[in-house]
Amino acid sequence: MGINVSVVDQPAGYLHWGFILISWPNLLVIGIMVVFFALALILPFPGHGSSAEKEKKA
Amino acid sequence: MKDHAGDESAGSWTAATRRQLERRLPWENLLPDRQPFWVGSWVYVFGVITIAALVWVVLSGVVLAAFGPQWWHLSSVGRFFNSLHFWSVQLFFVFMVLHLWGQYFMASWREGRAPTWMIGVVTFAVSIVAAFTGYLSQQNFAAQYIAINAKDAVNSTGAGGFFNVLNFGQMYGLHVMLLPIAVTLLVVLHIVQVRMKGVVRPIGHEVKPAVPLDLRKK
Repeated sequence: MGINVSVVDQPAGYLHWGFILISWPNLLVIGIMVVFFALALILPFPGHGSSAEKEKKA
Repeated sequence: MKDHAGDESAGSWTAATRRQLERRLPWENLLPDRQPFWVGSWVYVFGVITIAALVWVVLSGVVLAAFGPQWWHLSSVGRFFNSLHFWSVQLFFVFMVLHLWGQYFMASWREGRAPTWMIGVVTFAVSIVAAFTGYLSQQNFAAQYIAINAKDAVNSTGAGGFFNVLNFGQMYGLHVMLLPIAVTLLVVLHIVQVRMKGVVRPIGHEVKPAVPLDLRKK
């Protein structure tokens, strides 16, 4: 196999900050989810104008 | 709406169910071709992606169940389906939680939508048990390690008498039959509830009562 799997075939590192103890992979996933959520709020949805415009038309 | 007074089918439970469905869930609501303008946001896509991930989870799970553990551990196609099942579960949970965040911050239980919210909560809980029994059904060292470590925690809750994490047959049966059926039924119920009540309005855009509240008190 060309890919070196030994990198992921070992225990993950942990962030230990006060009472917070979380593995780096878990923290990374949560970080990506927060970014996704923020992008969903910010990015315009295709084919839709602003909500104020739509409400005026309704 | 037809008048059913004096109808021969008045006492029939099938006719009563049909009338109830016609009234509460007309076809225009069940399969709508238009949505209100506030649905035009990426936040509303999270729920749909969760459903799409669930479809892949079920399809890849059916293939895994058909061919068995040796196939999914030793053949390259089996490993592919094993990974497909695992990663679609990851996406299912990631987008279910994003959907939860979105609905929580817009208080989607408003205006009679509490059942929709609660069915979503139960779906989340049952999905966690489904994923847990999946980790126990892998048929590898990780599954044994998780089972041995989990048994004391489960026993301490008192559930160990009927939910034995060391019993592979029980965990596998729950994972491939009962829990997927439960999750699927709950998701269908959740969607039907959304179709019946419609998508919640954004906060600040609620429907104004026909009579102002201060006049109603008199």
